[in-house]
Amino acid sequence: MYDRGWSDGLPLVPPTRERVLRMLEGTSRSGDEVVALMPPNLVDCTVEKVAVNSVMAGCLPEYLPVVLASLEAICTDDFNMHGVLATTMGVGPVLVVNGPIATRIGMNSGVNVLGHGNRANATIGRAVQLVVRNVGGGAPGGVDRATHGSMSKLGFCFAEDEAGSPWTTLAEDRGFDRSQDVVTAFCGEGPRILVDQKSRSAESLVRMLAEGLLASVSPRTVMGMDGLLVLSPEHMARFGDAGWDRPRFMEEIGKLLMVETDGILAGAGGIEEGLPEGLSGLTLPKFRPGGLLVVHAGGPAGLFSAIIGGWLNGPMGSEPTSREIIR
Amino acid sequence: MTEPLTVLDPTAEATPGQRSLNPRPPGLDGLTIGLLDISKPRGDVFLDRLEEQLTTQGAMVRRYAKPTFTKPAPVDLRHEIATQCDAVIEALAD
Repeated sequence: MYDRGWSDGLPLVPPTRERVLRMLEGTSRSGDEVVALMPPNLVDCTVEKVAVNSVMAGCLPEYLPVVLASLEAICTDDFNMHGVLATTMGVGPVLVVNGPIATRIGMNSGVNVLGHGNRANATIGRAVQLVVRNVGGGAPGGVDRATHGSMSKLGFCFAEDEAGSPWTTLAEDRGFDRSQDVVTAFCGEGPRILVDQKSRSAESLVRMLAEGLLASVSPRTVMGMDGLLVLSPEHMARFGDAGWDRPRFMEEIGKLLMVETDGILAGAGGIEEGLPEGLSGLTLPKFRPGGLLVVHAGGPAGLFSAIIGGWLNGPMGSEPTSREIIR
Repeated sequence: MTEPLTVLDPTAEATPGQRSLNPRPPGLDGLTIGLLDISKPRGDVFLDRLEEQLTTQGAMVRRYAKPTFTKPAPVDLRHEIATQCDAVIEALAD
Protein backbone atom coordinates (compact mmCIF):
# COMPACT_ATOMS: atom_id res chain seq x y z
CA MET A 1 0.00 0.00 0.00
CA TYR A 2 2.90 2.32 0.77
CA ASP A 3 4.47 1.60 -2.63
CA ARG A 4 1.19 2.47 -4.32
CA GLY A 5 1.34 5.93 -2.79
CA TRP A 6 -1.68 5.44 -0.52
CA SER A 7 0.05 6.21 2.76
CA ASP A 8 0.87 9.41 4.61
CA GLY A 9 4.06 7.69 5.72
CA LEU A 10 2.58 5.67 8.58
CA PRO A 11 1.40 2.06 8.36
CA LEU A 12 -2.17 1.56 7.14
CA VAL A 13 -4.91 -0.87 8.12
CA PRO A 14 -5.62 -2.98 5.00
CA PRO A 15 -9.09 -1.96 3.74
CA THR A 16 -10.57 -5.42 3.25
CA ARG A 17 -14.13 -5.82 2.03
CA GLU A 18 -15.24 -6.95 5.50
CA ARG A 19 -13.65 -3.97 7.26
CA VAL A 20 -15.10 -1.50 4.76
CA LEU A 21 -18.58 -3.00 5.12
CA ARG A 22 -18.26 -2.77 8.88
CA MET A 23 -17.12 0.85 8.56
CA LEU A 24 -20.17 1.67 6.42
CA GLU A 25 -22.39 0.53 9.30
CA GLY A 26 -21.24 3.70 11.08
CA THR A 27 -23.45 5.85 8.87
CA SER A 28 -27.04 5.74 7.66
CA ARG A 29 -25.85 7.15 4.34
CA SER A 30 -25.64 4.95 1.27
CA GLY A 31 -22.19 3.86 0.10
CA ASP A 32 -22.69 5.30 -3.37
CA GLU A 33 -23.83 8.70 -2.14
CA VAL A 34 -21.51 11.49 -3.26
CA VAL A 35 -20.13 13.39 -0.27
CA ALA A 36 -18.14 16.07 -2.02
CA LEU A 37 -16.31 17.12 -5.12
CA MET A 38 -12.80 16.33 -3.96
CA PRO A 39 -9.95 18.70 -4.77
CA PRO A 40 -7.48 18.98 -6.30
CA ASN A 41 -8.60 16.63 -9.10
CA LEU A 42 -12.26 17.56 -8.55
CA VAL A 43 -13.63 14.02 -8.54
CA ASP A 44 -16.86 12.82 -7.00
CA CYS A 45 -16.05 11.27 -3.64
CA THR A 46 -18.52 8.65 -2.41
CA VAL A 47 -19.28 7.52 1.13
CA GLU A 48 -17.68 4.18 0.22
CA LYS A 49 -14.37 5.77 -0.75
CA VAL A 50 -14.40 7.69 2.53
CA ALA A 51 -15.05 4.40 4.36
CA VAL A 52 -12.10 2.72 2.61
CA ASN A 53 -9.76 5.52 3.63
CA SER A 54 -11.22 5.63 7.15
CA VAL A 55 -10.41 1.93 7.58
CA MET A 56 -6.87 2.62 6.41
CA ALA A 57 -6.54 5.50 8.88
CA GLY A 58 -7.58 3.25 11.78
CA CYS A 59 -11.03 4.73 12.42
CA LEU A 60 -13.84 2.88 14.18
CA PRO A 61 -17.21 2.88 12.36
CA GLU A 62 -18.70 5.36 14.83
CA TYR A 63 -16.13 7.95 13.73
CA LEU A 64 -17.27 7.85 10.09
CA PRO A 65 -20.00 10.53 10.40
CA VAL A 66 -17.39 12.96 11.73
CA VAL A 67 -15.07 12.19 8.82
CA LEU A 68 -17.95 12.70 6.35
CA ALA A 69 -19.02 16.02 7.87
CA SER A 70 -15.41 17.20 7.96
CA LEU A 71 -15.02 16.48 4.25
CA GLU A 72 -18.27 18.30 3.51
CA ALA A 73 -16.90 21.30 5.41
CA ILE A 74 -13.51 21.47 3.71
CA CYS A 75 -14.71 20.74 0.16
CA THR A 76 -16.50 24.06 -0.17
CA ASP A 77 -15.55 27.20 -1.99
CA ASP A 78 -15.54 28.92 1.42
CA PHE A 79 -12.98 26.61 3.01
CA ASN A 80 -11.04 26.24 -0.25
CA MET A 81 -9.30 22.92 0.36
CA HIS A 82 -7.52 23.19 -2.98
CA GLY A 83 -5.72 26.34 -1.89
CA VAL A 84 -5.14 25.04 1.64
CA LEU A 85 -3.48 21.98 0.16
CA ALA A 86 -1.44 23.80 -2.45
CA THR A 87 -0.11 26.70 -0.41
CA THR A 88 3.54 26.88 0.56
CA MET A 89 2.40 27.76 4.11
CA GLY A 90 2.23 24.83 6.52
CA VAL A 91 -1.49 24.79 7.10
CA GLY A 92 -4.22 22.18 6.97
CA PRO A 93 -7.75 21.65 8.22
CA VAL A 94 -7.87 21.85 12.03
CA LEU A 95 -11.09 20.07 13.01
CA VAL A 96 -12.89 21.00 16.25
CA VAL A 97 -15.74 18.71 17.29
CA ASN A 98 -18.63 19.93 19.44
CA GLY A 99 -21.73 18.17 20.72
CA PRO A 100 -22.64 14.90 22.44
CA ILE A 101 -20.90 12.81 19.76
CA ALA A 102 -17.49 13.79 21.10
CA THR A 103 -18.11 11.96 24.37
CA ARG A 104 -20.02 9.15 22.71
CA ILE A 105 -17.12 8.19 20.45
CA GLY A 106 -14.52 8.78 23.13
CA MET A 107 -12.81 11.88 21.80
CA ASN A 108 -10.23 13.62 23.91
CA SER A 109 -10.78 17.19 25.06
CA GLY A 110 -8.50 16.95 28.10
CA VAL A 111 -4.94 15.90 28.86
CA ASN A 112 -2.72 16.05 25.76
CA VAL A 113 -5.72 17.18 23.70
CA LEU A 114 -3.64 18.43 20.78
CA GLY A 115 -1.19 15.55 21.05
CA HIS A 116 -1.23 11.81 20.83
CA GLY A 117 -2.92 8.94 22.59
CA ASN A 118 -6.56 9.08 21.54
CA ARG A 119 -7.79 6.93 18.68
CA ALA A 120 -10.68 9.15 17.58
CA ASN A 121 -8.66 12.38 17.62
CA ALA A 122 -5.75 10.76 15.81
CA THR A 123 -7.61 8.84 13.13
CA ILE A 124 -10.46 11.19 12.15
CA GLY A 125 -8.07 13.92 11.03
CA ARG A 126 -5.85 11.32 9.39
CA ALA A 127 -8.78 9.81 7.46
CA VAL A 128 -9.74 13.24 6.12
CA GLN A 129 -6.20 13.80 4.86
CA LEU A 130 -6.01 10.32 3.33
CA VAL A 131 -9.19 11.03 1.36
CA VAL A 132 -7.69 14.27 0.04
CA ARG A 133 -4.54 12.37 -0.88
CA ASN A 134 -6.05 9.22 -2.37
CA VAL A 135 -9.37 10.35 -3.81
CA GLY A 136 -8.49 13.96 -4.55
CA GLY A 137 -4.96 13.23 -5.71
CA GLY A 138 -3.33 15.80 -3.43
CA ALA A 139 0.05 14.57 -2.29
CA PRO A 140 3.18 16.38 -1.06
CA GLY A 141 5.43 17.33 -3.94
CA GLY A 142 2.46 17.25 -6.32
CA VAL A 143 -0.24 19.86 -5.76
CA ASP A 144 0.80 20.07 -2.09
CA ARG A 145 3.69 22.55 -2.16
CA ALA A 146 4.13 23.27 1.56
CA THR A 147 7.56 24.60 2.45
CA HIS A 148 7.59 23.01 5.90
CA GLY A 149 4.18 21.45 6.34
CA SER A 150 2.87 20.80 9.84
CA MET A 151 0.96 18.27 11.89
CA SER A 152 -2.26 19.77 10.58
CA LYS A 153 -1.41 18.13 7.25
CA LEU A 154 -1.14 14.71 8.89
CA GLY A 155 -4.45 15.08 10.69
CA PHE A 156 -5.44 17.55 13.39
CA CYS A 157 -8.72 16.90 15.18
CA PHE A 158 -9.87 17.42 18.75
CA ALA A 159 -12.97 18.03 20.82
CA GLU A 160 -13.85 21.09 22.88
CA ASP A 161 -14.17 20.52 26.63
CA GLU A 162 -17.76 21.66 26.92
CA ALA A 163 -18.67 20.21 30.31
CA GLY A 164 -15.82 21.99 32.06
CA SER A 165 -16.37 25.35 30.43
CA PRO A 166 -18.34 28.25 31.90
CA TRP A 167 -18.79 29.59 28.36
CA THR A 168 -20.91 28.81 25.37
CA THR A 169 -19.20 26.45 22.96
CA LEU A 170 -17.51 27.26 19.68
CA ALA A 171 -20.42 25.66 17.81
CA GLU A 172 -22.96 27.72 19.77
CA ASP A 173 -20.94 30.81 18.96
CA ARG A 174 -21.28 29.84 15.31
CA GLY A 175 -25.07 29.53 15.46
CA PHE A 176 -25.62 25.89 16.39
CA ASP A 177 -27.53 24.42 19.29
CA ARG A 178 -25.63 22.72 22.13
CA SER A 179 -27.43 19.46 21.42
CA GLN A 180 -26.19 19.36 17.83
CA ASP A 181 -23.08 17.47 16.77
CA VAL A 182 -20.91 19.87 14.81
CA VAL A 183 -17.46 19.92 13.29
CA THR A 184 -15.72 23.19 12.55
CA ALA A 185 -12.86 23.24 10.09
CA PHE A 186 -10.28 25.97 10.60
CA CYS A 187 -7.36 26.37 8.26
CA GLY A 188 -4.41 26.40 10.62
CA GLU A 189 -0.85 25.48 11.37
CA GLY A 190 0.47 23.55 14.37
CA PRO A 191 -0.17 24.82 17.90
CA ARG A 192 2.19 27.15 19.74
CA ILE A 193 2.07 27.22 23.51
CA LEU A 194 1.69 30.57 25.24
CA VAL A 195 2.89 30.57 28.85
CA ASP A 196 1.35 32.71 31.57
CA GLN A 197 1.89 31.22 35.00
CA LYS A 198 1.63 34.40 36.99
CA SER A 199 -1.63 36.11 36.07
CA ARG A 200 -4.21 35.79 38.80
CA SER A 201 -6.75 38.18 37.31
CA ALA A 202 -8.72 38.11 34.08
CA GLU A 203 -7.44 41.61 33.32
CA SER A 204 -3.82 40.48 33.42
CA LEU A 205 -4.28 37.21 31.57
CA VAL A 206 -6.24 38.76 28.73
CA ARG A 207 -3.38 41.20 28.17
CA MET A 208 -0.86 38.36 28.03
CA LEU A 209 -3.00 36.37 25.61
CA ALA A 210 -3.38 39.41 23.37
CA GLU A 211 0.37 39.98 23.39
CA GLY A 212 0.91 36.41 22.24
CA LEU A 213 -1.81 36.58 19.61
CA LEU A 214 -0.34 39.74 18.11
CA ALA A 215 2.58 37.62 16.88
CA SER A 216 0.34 34.96 15.33
CA VAL A 217 1.62 34.10 11.84
CA SER A 218 3.64 37.32 11.81
CA PRO A 219 3.64 40.43 14.01
CA ARG A 220 3.21 42.36 10.75
CA THR A 221 -0.09 40.88 9.62
CA VAL A 222 -3.37 42.56 10.44
CA MET A 223 -6.87 41.39 9.50
CA GLY A 224 -5.65 39.07 6.76
CA MET A 225 -5.07 35.92 8.84
CA ASP A 226 -7.40 34.32 11.38
CA GLY A 227 -6.41 32.66 14.65
CA LEU A 228 -7.64 29.84 16.88
CA LEU A 229 -7.02 30.18 20.61
CA VAL A 230 -7.29 27.04 22.75
CA LEU A 231 -7.79 28.16 26.35
CA SER A 232 -6.69 25.64 28.97
CA PRO A 233 -8.95 24.94 31.95
CA GLU A 234 -6.65 26.78 34.36
CA HIS A 235 -6.56 29.83 32.11
CA MET A 236 -10.31 29.61 31.57
CA ALA A 237 -10.79 29.58 35.35
CA ARG A 238 -9.35 33.11 35.55
CA PHE A 239 -12.16 34.32 33.31
CA GLY A 240 -14.82 32.11 34.86
CA ASP A 241 -13.89 33.29 38.37
CA ALA A 242 -14.11 36.91 37.24
CA GLY A 243 -17.54 36.34 35.73
CA TRP A 244 -16.39 36.96 32.18
CA ASP A 245 -18.48 35.18 29.59
CA ARG A 246 -17.48 34.67 25.96
CA PRO A 247 -18.83 38.03 24.69
CA ARG A 248 -17.06 39.91 27.52
CA PHE A 249 -13.78 38.13 26.77
CA MET A 250 -14.07 38.84 23.05
CA GLU A 251 -14.81 42.49 23.76
CA GLU A 252 -11.86 42.90 26.12
CA ILE A 253 -9.34 41.05 23.98
CA GLY A 254 -10.59 42.86 20.89
CA LYS A 255 -9.61 46.19 22.48
CA LEU A 256 -6.13 44.83 23.16
CA LEU A 257 -5.64 43.47 19.67
CA MET A 258 -5.63 46.88 18.00
CA VAL A 259 -2.40 47.61 16.15
CA GLU A 260 -0.93 50.98 15.23
CA THR A 261 0.14 50.48 11.66
CA ASP A 262 3.11 52.88 11.80
CA GLY A 263 5.03 50.27 13.75
CA ILE A 264 4.50 47.52 11.19
CA LEU A 265 4.93 49.39 7.90
CA ALA A 266 7.42 48.01 5.41
CA GLY A 267 10.79 49.39 6.49
CA ALA A 268 9.78 50.13 10.09
CA GLY A 269 12.43 48.94 12.53
CA GLY A 270 14.76 48.10 9.66
CA ILE A 271 12.51 45.27 8.42
CA GLU A 272 11.51 45.32 4.76
CA GLU A 273 8.40 43.19 5.33
CA GLY A 274 5.29 45.10 6.37
CA LEU A 275 2.23 47.04 5.36
CA PRO A 276 2.36 49.45 2.41
CA GLU A 277 3.00 53.12 3.13
CA GLY A 278 -0.61 53.94 2.19
CA LEU A 279 -1.78 52.32 5.42
CA SER A 280 0.27 54.58 7.70
CA GLY A 281 -1.33 56.42 10.60
CA LEU A 282 -4.08 53.86 11.15
CA THR A 283 -5.11 51.67 14.06
CA LEU A 284 -6.33 48.30 12.78
CA PRO A 285 -7.47 45.09 14.48
CA LYS A 286 -5.10 42.09 14.40
CA PHE A 287 -8.06 39.90 13.47
CA ARG A 288 -11.00 40.78 11.25
CA PRO A 289 -14.45 40.63 12.94
CA GLY A 290 -15.04 36.94 13.69
CA GLY A 291 -11.45 36.11 12.77
CA LEU A 292 -10.46 34.93 16.25
CA LEU A 293 -11.98 31.59 17.24
CA VAL A 294 -11.76 30.53 20.89
CA VAL A 295 -12.26 27.03 22.32
CA HIS A 296 -11.75 25.46 25.73
CA ALA A 297 -9.67 22.30 25.91
CA GLY A 298 -6.68 20.76 27.64
CA GLY A 299 -5.61 19.00 30.81
CA PRO A 300 -6.65 20.23 34.25
CA ALA A 301 -3.19 21.45 35.21
CA GLY A 302 -1.05 23.90 33.29
CA LEU A 303 -1.19 27.66 33.02
CA PHE A 304 -0.73 27.66 29.28
CA SER A 305 -2.95 28.18 26.29
CA ALA A 306 -2.31 27.27 22.67
CA ILE A 307 -2.40 29.53 19.64
CA ILE A 308 -3.03 28.04 16.22
CA GLY A 309 -2.18 30.54 13.52
CA GLY A 310 -4.36 30.69 10.43
CA TRP A 311 -3.92 31.42 6.76
CA LEU A 312 -5.32 34.01 4.38
CA ASN A 313 -8.94 34.46 5.30
CA GLY A 314 -12.28 35.15 3.65
CA PRO A 315 -12.92 35.05 -0.10
CA MET A 316 -9.19 35.55 -0.72
CA GLY A 317 -8.29 32.38 1.17
CA SER A 318 -10.16 30.16 3.60
CA GLU A 319 -13.24 30.74 5.73
CA PRO A 320 -13.75 28.72 8.94
CA THR A 321 -16.57 26.33 8.04
CA SER A 322 -18.92 24.35 10.29
CA ARG A 323 -21.11 21.39 9.40
CA GLU A 324 -23.60 19.42 11.43
CA ILE A 325 -22.55 15.79 11.87
CA ILE A 326 -25.34 13.51 10.67
CA ARG A 327 -25.37 9.84 11.56
CA MET B 1 -0.81 -21.42 2.21
CA THR B 2 -2.64 -18.37 3.44
CA GLU B 3 -5.34 -16.81 1.30
CA PRO B 4 -4.20 -13.69 -0.57
CA LEU B 5 -5.50 -10.51 1.07
CA THR B 6 -7.82 -8.45 -1.10
CA VAL B 7 -8.01 -4.76 -0.31
CA LEU B 8 -10.36 -2.18 -1.78
CA ASP B 9 -8.99 0.70 -3.84
CA PRO B 10 -8.90 3.96 -1.83
CA THR B 11 -8.36 6.12 -4.91
CA ALA B 12 -10.81 7.76 -7.29
CA GLU B 13 -10.09 4.98 -9.81
CA ALA B 14 -9.94 7.61 -12.51
CA THR B 15 -7.07 8.45 -14.79
CA PRO B 16 -6.73 12.14 -15.56
CA GLY B 17 -7.09 12.93 -19.25
CA GLN B 18 -3.70 13.36 -20.85
CA ARG B 19 -3.22 16.34 -23.13
CA SER B 20 -0.03 17.00 -25.02
CA LEU B 21 1.58 20.42 -25.02
CA ASN B 22 1.29 22.49 -28.16
CA PRO B 23 4.45 22.36 -30.25
CA ARG B 24 7.00 25.00 -29.29
CA PRO B 25 6.62 28.00 -31.64
CA PRO B 26 9.69 28.55 -33.82
CA GLY B 27 9.71 32.26 -33.01
CA LEU B 28 7.73 34.92 -31.18
CA ASP B 29 7.20 37.39 -34.03
CA GLY B 30 3.50 38.06 -34.51
CA LEU B 31 2.36 35.69 -31.74
CA THR B 32 0.04 36.69 -28.96
CA ILE B 33 1.50 35.77 -25.59
CA GLY B 34 -0.64 35.81 -22.45
CA LEU B 35 0.99 36.77 -19.17
CA LEU B 36 -0.98 35.45 -16.21
CA ASP B 37 -0.35 37.13 -12.88
CA ILE B 38 -1.47 34.85 -10.05
CA SER B 39 -1.75 37.96 -7.83
CA LYS B 40 1.18 37.28 -5.53
CA PRO B 41 3.26 40.24 -4.37
CA ARG B 42 5.81 41.36 -6.99
CA GLY B 43 4.52 38.98 -9.65
CA ASP B 44 3.78 42.10 -11.69
CA VAL B 45 7.42 43.20 -11.47
CA PHE B 46 8.50 39.94 -13.06
CA LEU B 47 5.78 40.10 -15.72
CA ASP B 48 6.53 43.74 -16.58
CA ARG B 49 10.08 42.71 -17.41
CA LEU B 50 8.89 39.72 -19.43
CA GLU B 51 6.50 41.97 -21.37
CA GLU B 52 9.38 44.29 -22.29
CA GLN B 53 11.47 41.36 -23.51
CA LEU B 54 8.63 39.73 -25.43
CA THR B 55 7.56 42.97 -27.10
CA THR B 56 11.08 43.64 -28.38
CA GLN B 57 10.98 40.20 -30.00
CA GLY B 58 7.83 41.10 -31.90
CA ALA B 59 5.23 39.39 -29.72
CA MET B 60 1.87 40.90 -28.82
CA VAL B 61 1.33 40.67 -25.08
CA ARG B 62 -1.99 40.38 -23.26
CA ARG B 63 -2.08 40.61 -19.46
CA TYR B 64 -4.37 38.56 -17.21
CA ALA B 65 -4.67 38.15 -13.45
CA LYS B 66 -6.27 35.59 -11.17
CA PRO B 67 -8.67 37.14 -8.60
CA THR B 68 -6.65 35.45 -5.82
CA PHE B 69 -3.57 33.26 -5.81
CA THR B 70 -5.17 30.95 -3.26
CA LYS B 71 -7.72 29.48 -5.67
CA PRO B 72 -7.49 27.91 -9.13
CA ALA B 73 -7.99 30.26 -12.09
CA PRO B 74 -11.71 30.55 -12.87
CA VAL B 75 -12.91 28.58 -15.91
CA ASP B 76 -13.87 31.77 -17.78
CA LEU B 77 -10.38 33.19 -17.37
CA ARG B 78 -8.78 29.98 -18.62
CA HIS B 79 -11.12 29.99 -21.61
CA GLU B 80 -10.34 33.63 -22.35
CA ILE B 81 -6.59 32.95 -22.35
CA ALA B 82 -6.97 29.82 -24.47
CA THR B 83 -9.00 31.58 -27.12
CA GLN B 84 -7.02 34.85 -27.22
CA CYS B 85 -3.41 33.66 -26.99
CA ASP B 86 -0.95 31.41 -28.78
CA ALA B 87 1.00 30.74 -25.59
CA VAL B 88 0.81 31.68 -21.92
CA ILE B 89 3.38 32.37 -19.23
CA GLU B 90 2.21 32.12 -15.63
CA ALA B 91 4.06 34.06 -12.97
CA LEU B 92 4.35 32.36 -9.64
CA ALA B 93 5.41 34.42 -6.94
CA ASP B 94 6.85 36.63 -4.21
